[in-house]
Amino acid sequence: MNHEQALELLPGYLDEELSLSEALEIQRHLDSCEECAQVLAQHRDVSAQLRAAQLRMDAPPELVKRIEAALPGRSAPWARVGERFKRWGSSNSRSSSSRWLTWPTWATAGVMVASVAALSVSMSLYLAVPSSEDRLTQEVVDDHIRSLQFNHLSDVISTDKHTVKPWFNGKLDFAPPVIDLVQQGYPLIGGRLDYVDGRTVAVMVYRYKLHPINLYVWPSNGSGIGIDRQLREPAIHERQGYHLAHWSAGGMTYWAITDAGEGELRGFVTDLRAQPSS
Amino acid sequence: MADPIVAQRFKALVLPHLSSAFNLARWLTRNDHDAQDVVQEAYLRAYKFFPGFRGEDPRSWLLAIVRNTFYTWYQQNRGQASATVFDEEIHSAETAAPHPHDNPEAMLIRSESQKRVHQALQALPLEFREVVMLRELEELSYKQIAAVVGIPMGTVMSRLGRGRQLLAKLLAPMDQEA
Repeated sequence: MNHEQALELLPGYLDEELSLSEALEIQRHLDSCEECAQVLAQHRDVSAQLRAAQLRMDAPPELVKRIEAALPGRSAPWARVGERFKRWGSSNSRSSSSRWLTWPTWATAGVMVASVAALSVSMSLYLAVPSSEDRLTQEVVDDHIRSLQFNHLSDVISTDKHTVKPWFNGKLDFAPPVIDLVQQGYPLIGGRLDYVDGRTVAVMVYRYKLHPINLYVWPSNGSGIGIDRQLREPAIHERQGYHLAHWSAGGMTYWAITDAGEGELRGFVTDLRAQPSS
Repeated sequence: MADPIVAQRFKALVLPHLSSAFNLARWLTRNDHDAQDVVQEAYLRAYKFFPGFRGEDPRSWLLAIVRNTFYTWYQQNRGQASATVFDEEIHSAETAAPHPHDNPEAMLIRSESQKRVHQALQALPLEFREVVMLRELEELSYKQIAAVVGIPMGTVMSRLGRGRQLLAKLLAPMDQEA
């Protein structure tokens, strides 16, 4: 082992992260190399000073409380935490913010009562649980709003599909089609991972003028949601002031959502569907 | 998602690492207030992604989320952060003042030497500060650090070496006076 190699491996030697044979070679080198011995002593001293300074702190009690209170089981405060990162467009007090948390709570409560009055309660339970499509719509709306808060619209920022597409490699168990629509006035600005419908999904972020458009993509099979009927011509829905469209193509489920107008979203969807997937 | 079993598993596996998450966020943001916001957002994300978590090391998994949350925040708050930010920090490291939002009284500084080490670590460029902090304060293995930061183990080692070298320089002049 030459001097350069030894110098490179010194941190690993200090941290006992080297293989036995490497460590023995370093030891042998240290016996004859003043410089390496000095560097090692210096690093050992820095490490000892850092540890002696006891810089590690416990999390402050208020943060512990904030996060503990936020965990479900007590679903209301969890929603309140979300509130910090969301600005609700509507003043709808039965806010959707916590629906993904509260409806199963309802269901749990319903099951308990059901042992007493099975028929009537299960009927009301059936009515209380939103349809899968409705729930998924709400989930996408909530996620879209959340993506606009705390500036986490994109985890990879790039206008180049050849950057965005490889970024998803190894992060997903499918390869989302990444399509650029800059010519059509909808430039791709980035991508991220998100969690929708019980699975990790790809999100491509586009922009129309100043309006972000989130495009959620995941494989259709196994979604178990049943909205995967062959939706040929996607209809545009409105929810809380956002426009949404969803459809299936090439074995993938697509959901697009934006605060841009209905016509703009329709144009986006039409242009997107006209492109061959890459 | 709000499956009580999932929630319980989350509480048992992820919640105990709150202090680690807070410490990482604190050394990344260099300010307690932002650190708390980053950790809270990271826990929201972690909870959301938790059903997909299959690993054996929830702490590294959580810390990677904290770090990603921080970098998203950092990019948005410091303009377009790029590799040049690190270079500038390297050059100014020796004269760097404590961060204006820093809150030294909150950390119960007990001695002058402790304060000196604290300031030196704060002055370290971000890419070195995070690996040094994960190694020396959180005592993670190279493998864990590689997983949190998303770099090869060889890079963990070289960044630790460079980080300790810079720290030695930052700590040296005062040593001679003392």
